[in-house]
Amino acid sequence: MINLKINNTPVSVPEGSTILEAAETLGLKIPTLCHIKWDCFNTEHRCGSCRVCVVEVTGRPNLAPSCCTPVAEGMDVHTNTSRAIRARRTMLELLLSNHPKDCLVCSKNQECELQRLASAFNIHHIKYEGAQSEFPVDENGAAIRRDMSKCIMCRRCETACNVVQTVGVLSGVNRGFNAVVAPENFAQLTDTACTFCGQCVQACPVGALTEIGYKDEVWEQLNNPKKTVIVQTAPAVRVAIGEEFGFQAGEISTGKLVAALRRIGFAKVFDTDWSADLTIMEESTELLERIKSGENLPLLTSCCPGWVNFLEHQFPDLLHMPSTAKSPQQMFGAIAKSYYAEKIGIDPSDLIVVSIMPCLAKKYEASRPEFANDGVRDVDYVLSTRELASMIKEAGIVFDRLPDEQYDNPLGESTGAAVIFGASGGVLEAALRTVAGWLEGDKDSPIDFVAVRGLEGIKEATVTIAGIELKAAVASGLGNVRKLLERIQRGETQYHAIEVMACPGGCINGGGQPYNHGNTAILEARKDAIYRADKGLPIRKSHLNPSIVKIYEEYLGKPNSEKAHKLLHTHYHAK
Amino acid sequence: MRINSLEALKDYKSRLCGVSSGKTSILMSLGTCGLAAGGAKVADAIRAELDKGLSGKYEAVSVGCMGLCYCEPTIELRDEAGRSAIYGHVTPEQIPAILAAGLDGEAAGATKVKRTWYYPEEEENKDGVLQARIALRNTGRIDPEKIDDYLKYDGYQALGKVLKTMAPEAVSQEILDAMLRGRGGAGFPTGKKWQFAAAQPKGQKYMICNADEGDPGAFMDRAVLEGDPHSVLEAMAIGAYAIGADKGIIYIRAEYPLAIERLQKAIKQAREMGFLGKGIFGTSFDFDIELKYGAGAFVCGEETALIHSIEGKRGEPTFKPPFPAIQGLWKKPTVVNNVETYANVAAIIRKGAAWFKSVGTSGSPGTKVFALAGKINCVGLVEVPMGTTLRDIIFGLGGGILNNRGFKAVQTGGPSGGCITTKNLDTPIDYETLKSIGSMMGSGGMIVMDEDNCMVNIARFFLDFTCDESCGKCTPCRIGNRRLYEMLTDICRGKGTEETLEELRTLSNVIKDTALCGLGQTSPNPVLSTLDNFFEEYEAHVKEKRCPAGVCTALLKFTINDNCIGCGLCAKNCPTGAISGKVKSKHVIDQDKCIKCGVCQQKCKFKAIDKK
Amino acid sequence: MTCCCECSKEKALDKLMRLEPEKTSELTAFIDGLPLVAGDVEKNRGFLVETLHRAQGIFGYLPVEVQQVVSERLGLTRSEIYGVISFYSYFTDKPIGRYKINVCLGTACFVKGAAKIVDELKAKLGVDEGETTADQKFFLGALRCVGSCSLAPVVMVNNRVYGNVTPDMVDQILADCED
Repeated sequence: MINLKINNTPVSVPEGSTILEAAETLGLKIPTLCHIKWDCFNTEHRCGSCRVCVVEVTGRPNLAPSCCTPVAEGMDVHTNTSRAIRARRTMLELLLSNHPKDCLVCSKNQECELQRLASAFNIHHIKYEGAQSEFPVDENGAAIRRDMSKCIMCRRCETACNVVQTVGVLSGVNRGFNAVVAPENFAQLTDTACTFCGQCVQACPVGALTEIGYKDEVWEQLNNPKKTVIVQTAPAVRVAIGEEFGFQAGEISTGKLVAALRRIGFAKVFDTDWSADLTIMEESTELLERIKSGENLPLLTSCCPGWVNFLEHQFPDLLHMPSTAKSPQQMFGAIAKSYYAEKIGIDPSDLIVVSIMPCLAKKYEASRPEFANDGVRDVDYVLSTRELASMIKEAGIVFDRLPDEQYDNPLGESTGAAVIFGASGGVLEAALRTVAGWLEGDKDSPIDFVAVRGLEGIKEATVTIAGIELKAAVASGLGNVRKLLERIQRGETQYHAIEVMACPGGCINGGGQPYNHGNTAILEARKDAIYRADKGLPIRKSHLNPSIVKIYEEYLGKPNSEKAHKLLHTHYHAK
Repeated sequence: MRINSLEALKDYKSRLCGVSSGKTSILMSLGTCGLAAGGAKVADAIRAELDKGLSGKYEAVSVGCMGLCYCEPTIELRDEAGRSAIYGHVTPEQIPAILAAGLDGEAAGATKVKRTWYYPEEEENKDGVLQARIALRNTGRIDPEKIDDYLKYDGYQALGKVLKTMAPEAVSQEILDAMLRGRGGAGFPTGKKWQFAAAQPKGQKYMICNADEGDPGAFMDRAVLEGDPHSVLEAMAIGAYAIGADKGIIYIRAEYPLAIERLQKAIKQAREMGFLGKGIFGTSFDFDIELKYGAGAFVCGEETALIHSIEGKRGEPTFKPPFPAIQGLWKKPTVVNNVETYANVAAIIRKGAAWFKSVGTSGSPGTKVFALAGKINCVGLVEVPMGTTLRDIIFGLGGGILNNRGFKAVQTGGPSGGCITTKNLDTPIDYETLKSIGSMMGSGGMIVMDEDNCMVNIARFFLDFTCDESCGKCTPCRIGNRRLYEMLTDICRGKGTEETLEELRTLSNVIKDTALCGLGQTSPNPVLSTLDNFFEEYEAHVKEKRCPAGVCTALLKFTINDNCIGCGLCAKNCPTGAISGKVKSKHVIDQDKCIKCGVCQQKCKFKAIDKK
Repeated sequence: MTCCCECSKEKALDKLMRLEPEKTSELTAFIDGLPLVAGDVEKNRGFLVETLHRAQGIFGYLPVEVQQVVSERLGLTRSEIYGVISFYSYFTDKPIGRYKINVCLGTACFVKGAAKIVDELKAKLGVDEGETTADQKFFLGALRCVGSCSLAPVVMVNNRVYGNVTPDMVDQILADCED
């Protein structure tokens, strides 16, 4: 242990701790900006570039950045001297002097860490004037909007993209005042290997990286008398949206979510959980076939579009491995525009499907050319959890006073197996429940496969189902995915099935979720909520979902039937 | 042939020195600036002359920079007894006369130059000679492309000595005892750096030479590399032995093609003789050196940035600790020393720490090479004992101010340093005193300024440099320096106020206090030191909207005086039609139209245009 | 590689080979000669700067296709390669003029009036610092100290050094640049 004094109070912390960490043990929160730490993923971005966290260390000629200065025996630290505070304030004033002053109309308004600090430091006017960095806005594509004029060079997005996700699309470019983060040759993201996972957006403290929004378009459609607008909500949305309305992280607000969507004016409020159950039917069937034939193992899950993108860009030799099943969002869209449109007797082109997703890659996924029929998109608009929260606020709906309401039928009925899609491990667990149910009968087959739960990047489990020893793995966070895929390429693994999610921890930590600002306790709470929601549902296996059983009887025939293939399966391209 | 023992090396040396040719050497200074000044033509003339029948008497030797840049092309005649005559501003036409005159005669029309240095390793300083050459001991007197020349001056004997007779710890200790401090600028004790790296567990370690000389106006490292490359190689091998490294890297500016070429040749020769490679001097010590090239980034002189650059990354500095000596290149213990620092090492090993400490001051022993430039008569390289005064350097060695103008200030330490004025001309300079008078040693650039230089504009120039060269990583350097530059620009354009001056100082101090690396922390120094020393000049800019040195164009006023005969030439050339007047009568300048381009003044043949 | 949606994506190397066969072979031969270690991205990255030096020496600048080839061969991402290119002033991704006119803006040259030379050149060439004339003949740039301070102010045209330059000499310097 290292003994030091902070503001004259003695403190002992483990060797290697930073001043920032030592101060935290005393309940001192030194202001930070570029620094971010994702505890549950053991990742820290500590580049020491913003200089907002400087403190005075006796005997040191200049101020020390507390986020990256290790403590030393006998150190005498003062965090609140006028010199340190003046320096911090100057850093903020400098950053603001090269930052657009459009906070009121910035989509990061009130979520911006620079704005929060400026408010905390009571900065009322911008002291310095001068040149402003200007870069063209990249809003090409469907998912991510980059406005680098707002970049403060914290470099968090680089860590998210290159270290956490190993996608490697972003780098610091230029130098001096012109330095900024950008893809190669200032390319637009759509021309790069970007997966649109949105982890950079989650990491960005300011409004430089945000989503491409579709609220206005959705409001237009809702008010278009010719259109029937229906909505689906992804599993992870229900455990996070409450945060936008002051609820504790981890509160399940499914009922209020449904009520809010109804009040916004959606004709029907459906659930992506329903199509998640459908996905399990198709994927589990495919898994069993592959196990039986012993060919093309392991089966990789395919519901995460960020991951699919990653595969297409970086592992073109493994394109045969994922399940051909579409993601739940796209299955929903395909069924809605065929089965459901037929059922309610309207032309698919008059049916508008909106998705509420925790994800930005889903926006991209919905725009892929193959997910349309005669120019009619299967999914028309994708809104992030954050955008929906904003719509609810715009509509003046008081979320916490809403009654709990139920999803509409038939595309709203779902099981516990579907809701766990929202956390890493859930898709695999759902598939195992169904495989076990099919092979061992539903009376005695297991439901809880706890070995695959949790936020660790790579999880492994061996389960015995009907005498078959099934080896499975779960990877979340594309950096972990890469490790696992490289082991597959080297022939070092013997798995039957692998669940893959692009975002660390799965959809609960999606790029479209309420900003967590590095507070990973929020993610733990969301994850726990997912499994609580599962426990609370009467049916917890996908194949027992009555409306799923019904759609096969009425429309699809059997899983992996020709019709199912046409509507519910897809293929992958090398990029 | 390989040399496997110290005795063999000494034998080899005495054989080299024992062969008397009886010839007088013509040392031809052919470094970059010698060549740029036309040295190659002089060399051709010399060779032609020798071919005409003087080859029995003379031998032409290409050497590196003698430090006499102001009088390039330079040649030195030197006989085996050490008698010498130096000629400057040599033209090919003068060669026959110079060679005919020899050491004793006088060549009509040629300029003889006095030698202003001595070699502390070889001789006593008898006549109060100002320069003491340790780091530059061979530069300008050996052929850098011939290892034998280096060996004649005891080359590689220090390496032999440490490998054969000293434990690694003793080597670091010797350097520490000598109190050799980093000549790149910061002055960290070299021996201590070596000890830190040596204390790390055995395994891969690296010895790096920082040859990314980037200070505008400093060129001593280039002179050493071009003139005496082996001294750097030998010192790196000594350091590598001390810390337990087997790999050395010289990180050199790509803009130094001649230095690169000479280093490549030197490395090849050293390998052939067994001074680099496997089993050096027949011991089990292995060490080899490779070159890595910079690509134009001043900040790569900072050691963590330099390491990143070698690793193929953007040259952005990172926070220390961890220090490179603990975790450097590829995360292995790494020592980074600068060229001039290395150039001192072999001499210290040969002559001992006590000898080294007999030169210089007690806190900063040894010498420092300065590159004198700017408004000074004798531009060039000088190596003086620490503790020499600026007056001796500028007015003694530098020959005073160009065109007999008044001395205004000297900038030391480049963009990280400050301006020193008349009042400190007699301060004996070393690391500490320079700091105490608001500047720093830096790499040793010394730019002299006269009354025609505007100090606000000079500060602005340095900030322009820093803004250009900032890596852009940390806020104070990326944005803060830009704001300083903008404030200075405002002042130069007459838009500054007294508040601007106040803010300039406040922001400068915060940047110093918060920037991540040495570049940022020192970048406001030129601003602060000019504010301290030339405040009245700043005040003139903001209060009277006047530039006392007449440099800041926006503040100038062009007027026509009574010398005007009304020839109309100025009016004809004025690009904005601001000048009017009748033929043969005095013209006037419309100040609203005048854009202060100065064309009228250039064209006027009667000195009738005043600039104020 | 062709994918099933029938878009034909030409590989960077093939494209470059088609456009500049000789230069491309020279570059790939250089990279093949590097002691790269398969799978060791960190160590291989250490060869990036010298590869870019060589590539720029061969092609005159570093177009996107060259960056792509270097990226593929060294196993580095394109973004980090561009990050490096845009960091170092020596590298450029735009073609530059046949005559590279660089005015030294080191301190010694500055105090002796190098800025006036730059202004004169800008006016004569009609380009800004860091730009190439439309006819691809001249590139105007600035250098930070070439170490020839005794000749200040200094202008370099390719490898030729002009010393003690005055604005009046600019015409002659440009006239010396004959193809």
